[in-house]
Order: sequence, then structure tokens, then C-alpha cells
Amino acid sequence: MAIITYREALNQALREEMRRDPRVFLMGEEVGLYQGAYKVSQGLLEEFGSKRVIDTPISEAGFTGVGIGAAMVGLRPIVEMMTFNFALVAIDQIVNQAAKILYMSGGQYNVPMVIRGPGGPAHQLAAQHSQSMESYFYHVPGLKIVRPGTPKDAKGLLKSAIRDDDPVIFIESELLYGTKGEVPDGDYTIPLGVGEIKREGRDVTIVAYSTMLLLALQTAEELEKEGISAEVVDPRTLRPLDTALIMESVKKTNRAIVMESGAGFAGIGSGIGAIISEQAFDYLDAPVERVTGANAPTPYAKNLERAKIPSKERLIAAVKKVLAV
Amino acid sequence: MLKLERKELVDLLRQMLLMRRFEEKCAEMYAMGKIGGFLHLYIGQEAVATGAISVLRPDDYVIASYREHGHALAKGCDPGKIMAELFGRADGLCKGKGGSMHLFDKANHFLGGHAIVAGQIPIGTGAAFASQYEGKDQVTLCFFGDAAVNQGVFHEALNLAALWHLPIVYICENNRYGMGTAVERATPVRELYRRAEAYGMPGEAVDGMDVLAVRECVGLAVERARRERLPSLIEAKTYRFRGHSMADPGTYRTKDEVEREKQRDPILLFRDHLMAEAVIKESDWKALEKEVRITVEAAVRYADASPEPPVEWLCTDVYVSER
Ligand SMILES: Cc1ncc(C[n+]2csc(CCOP(=O)(O)OP(=O)(O)O)c2C)c(N)n1
Repeated sequence: MAIITYREALNQALREEMRRDPRVFLMGEEVGLYQGAYKVSQGLLEEFGSKRVIDTPISEAGFTGVGIGAAMVGLRPIVEMMTFNFALVAIDQIVNQAAKILYMSGGQYNVPMVIRGPGGPAHQLAAQHSQSMESYFYHVPGLKIVRPGTPKDAKGLLKSAIRDDDPVIFIESELLYGTKGEVPDGDYTIPLGVGEIKREGRDVTIVAYSTMLLLALQTAEELEKEGISAEVVDPRTLRPLDTALIMESVKKTNRAIVMESGAGFAGIGSGIGAIISEQAFDYLDAPVERVTGANAPTPYAKNLERAKIPSKERLIAAVKKVLAV
Repeated sequence: MLKLERKELVDLLRQMLLMRRFEEKCAEMYAMGKIGGFLHLYIGQEAVATGAISVLRPDDYVIASYREHGHALAKGCDPGKIMAELFGRADGLCKGKGGSMHLFDKANHFLGGHAIVAGQIPIGTGAAFASQYEGKDQVTLCFFGDAAVNQGVFHEALNLAALWHLPIVYICENNRYGMGTAVERATPVRELYRRAEAYGMPGEAVDGMDVLAVRECVGLAVERARRERLPSLIEAKTYRFRGHSMADPGTYRTKDEVEREKQRDPILLFRDHLMAEAVIKESDWKALEKEVRITVEAAVRYADASPEPPVEWLCTDVYVSER
């Protein structure tokens, strides 16, 4: 197994899938000549040419719609959002069109398309570039949502997303692109809808994904020193959600915390927390806690930005609360 | 003028007449409560879809807005299945899940009716992109109304199509109103076809009440798209005889205006033309009327006989993987 970055893992997934299937192409702003705003598409133009690595003008709604139409008639587009914040410009195409066409057509036309790019708070990018967009899409039947936290997951899940026959929202993170991890050699996929226990524990279940996964794992190490054994469950995909895995863990630990970097109100934690309450109420020794971003836009100032996003301290406090220690 | 055989001329007339009688029946069925939701009739505009789609090959794509019954019929969709869809029945084109505004028919390369104004324009562009990507010589016809040209995606899509030389023909059906808003209250430059200049693509206006003129104009654009990969924008000047939808009494137009426009009924104009040229006789017209009535009645019978979709279908077709 090689140790590579999250960025390289994504690049490998794109490259391998484009080699495997000529119908797969990449489209977006700066994906070609510039090699990707975050260099995820490095070298792809050179290998596949401008027919398959397509630089677009700045017109998110337009090229997302082009992807949808191309997917309806048999291609497998990968549309890159320079950052997922800009997907809001295309939200009509994503929500009203991509997510609905299979249903409206009574199952005739499907939209095998991946919309990918970074999302979530990053290095003082301020309110319009620092949103955790997953909850916007979480609500929409017809979309699948992937939020990988490790290079291995990023590669295996992106390959599955590209091979998937439904529209997949694949949100990466600027903060993760440089992180490293072991990635299996050769072709492998990780199915959408299958989570992973990233750390075994007995006392409390922490559900965390993407950048919050890293925070949860670090925090769990610290808690261990205090004699608290936290289990960290990474759903990896939010839709479909590996509910079974989460329940299994909660039934073992009897306590649950859901983390997300986005604002908590009507967020991912609300959704997963409610599912845990519905399905494992009898196993819970404390109400489900949520550790979320503050209910404010992401500020620019370093200290405020830090305060906006969940921290180790807040997670520890939540753990102690559910454990009543 | 493209030389047409008698059979082709009669087919155009039959097609328009079928659209008209089909939709008159729809209005009746709506009044009876058999059709619900929004029902946007195409009455008055039949020459556009008929003339335009008549130049296509079966494997060419068509995409349209929510006012798409005519386009669906012209693309070869089964009238019974369309009616069943409008009735919300299991045998409808889309299993009753789409309804009047969302007719899709994959077998006939009909990419659907779309209800977000202009939402279909980039999607049609994507179908043309795919044809070009795969080196196929299919053409896409993308229909929309005059109000759609003011949406951002209209600009984005035409810009991309011109930039990438996509085989697509954009057909703006200028019926002079977007709901109750007259085009001159929405758009400063009223010759909508001139917007093509901004993208360096051919733009042309055509009398949308003249089926042969539409056919010729679109025919040239389709050939250009197929052979030269040049997109075009065509503005078909037309008029809708009814309100925006069944819910609209249309008080924003004067009676005079509507009556005057009805004098340009595309079906009657074409019928009279064919009679004047001695292509058809009165008896041929009567026979067509009868033939079309039988088709429409059969469509209603088919729809009536089809069951409601089973409730178990509520959550199917959300994801391919759970189908
Ligand atoms: C984005 C959006 N805004 C508003 C509406 C409501 N609406 C439906 S049809 C329509 C008028 C559209 O007129 P036009 O594009 O000229 O087409 P026509 O109805 O004349 O065929 C409006 C405002 C909508 N469906 N979508």
C-alpha cells in the first residue's frame, strides 16, 4: 500500500475511471490548462485531451445543465465546482432537474453524474467560501451525498460515485487535500452507503465525517488518556446512510454524539440524531448530543472562525455531558 | 420551398389537427376533473412543433417546456400514453409521476417537458454535447418560450453551444406573453432572434403560424447543425389562443387582439392553402377530422382503462439503485 495525499487519491480515481470508460469526462472552471484550482485534475488534460477535460466559462448553472443532458443520453459527466459554495448558482439544475428526472420520467431517464469539489470551512475564506453544503442537498430525494475523510475513502468512493447511475454530490475539503494516508494498490471501490468504524470504543459513539472525522479521532486519543473510550463512526456517505452501522455502535456504547462543521439548525446532526432517537431510544442512556458549527455565517477573523467550527474542547464537553462525568 | 409529396403535406395537417383535437379534449377532461394540476395548452402554436419536428430523424432529440403536449405528439409519443399520464395513471408515459408538465419518452428520444422556465435549455445543450462527444450526427431541438430568454441559463447555454460548436437548434416560441407579461414589458430588444448575434450564431425569425415556413427554416438550421456543427437560434412568432394555463382567464389581452390572432389559425391557414393548391378536397379534410377524433377517443379510453399507479410506486424511481 502506498501512502499518498487525499488530492492524489482523487486524481488517481479520476484518471483510472477515465481510462476505464471513455464516456467519463471532467468539466468545470480551470480543470484543464490550469490543472484544477486545487490541482485535483493535475495531468489529466495532458493524458486525455481537451475533449475529455473541458475548461468551461464561469457559468455553473449552464455547465451543470450540460452535464445533466449529457448524462441523460448516455455519458458519465464529472462536473467540478471550484468550491461547493458556487453550486448554489446551479442549485436549480441540481435540485429541480438532476435529482428529479428519474422520478418525473417514471424511471426512463437517469442522470449518472458526479458533481464534485471542495466544501466546508477552510483557512479564513469567510462567509461565501466556507459553507458546509451537505445539508442543502441532504434534504433532496434523488441525490446521493458523499463526504470522504481519508485518502483511501476518497479514492474508493469517487470511483463508486463515477460508476453510480444516480446523481452524486461528492464534497471534498480544502483542508483535507494535503492530508496523507494509506491507499490500496490497484483498482478498488468503496460502496456508497457503507460506513466504517474508524476507531473502536466502548463508552460513547461519535458520528463524524470529513474534517470532523480527523477532529473526532484526535479527541478520542485524548479522551483515552482520561479513561474514556470513544468509538468513532464515519458514515462516509450521508445518503444513502449506513444507519445499521450507527445503530450497532450506539447499541454497544449507549451514547451518541453527531458532529458536523455546518450550522446545527436543521443540519446533518438533526437528521442523524433523530434517526438514532427513533431507532435506538431504548438503548440510549442520554439524549443524543450534537456538536455543530455555530448558527452564524463563517467569519473571516481567525479567532471567530475558530469559534464557529466545532473544537476539541466542545467535543470533550459533549462527551462528558452524555457520560455525566 | 422544400418540395413535399402530397402524403407529407397531409401528414403535417394531420399532426396539427391531432394536437388541436387532443388538447381540446384535454380541456374537457380538465373541466371534468380527470386531469389535475397545471394544464398549459399549446392551441394556436401547433405549426411550430409540427413544422420543426417534421424535419428530424427519429434518433434526434427534442426537449421542451411544460407546454409540451404538441412536441410529444410530434415526436411520436403515443397519444394514449400521454392521456394516461395526464390522468395520472399507471400506463402513462411516466407511470403517472410526471403529469402534464413532465412528459418524457426515452424510446422516442424525447427528453421531457420541464417546468422551471428555461431549465431545459442547458439540458438540451448537454444532449447536443453528448452527440458531439460521441461523434454522432444527431441534432437536438430545444424549445422554450419568449420569457425564457431572460433567464441566466439561456445566455449560459447559448454561449457554451456556440463556443463548443454543438449541434443544436434553439427554438424560441414567441407567443408574445410569459403568463400575463407581454414580451415588451420583459425584454427591451423585441426581436428575440437577434440575441444570436451575441454568440456569433445564426439567428432568424420565422412566421410560426406557417407550418411550411417553420419547416423550411428549421430544416436549414438542422442541416447546418448536423453537417457544420453550428447552433442556431430561431424565433417562431406565434400566439396562444387560450390562457396561459387552464387557471388563466387571460384578461391581460383584449378580445380584439385574440380574435384578430385567431384569424391566423395555423391549421385553417394550412388547410385552405392545401385546398387552394388542390392537394386536398373538402372530403379529405372531413376524413382527417374523423381519423383524428377516433385517435383521441381511443386515447381517452386507454387512459380511463388504466389503473391508478400502485401506492408502492411512491418511493420507486428515486434512485436507480433502488429501482
Ligand atoms: C423559474 C420560474 N419562474 C417562474 C415560473 C412561473 N411561470 C411558469 S410559466 C411562466 C411564463 C413563461 O412564459 P414563456 O417562457 O413565454 O412560455 P409560454 O408559457 O408562453 O409557453 C411563468 C412565469 C416558473 N415555472 N419557473
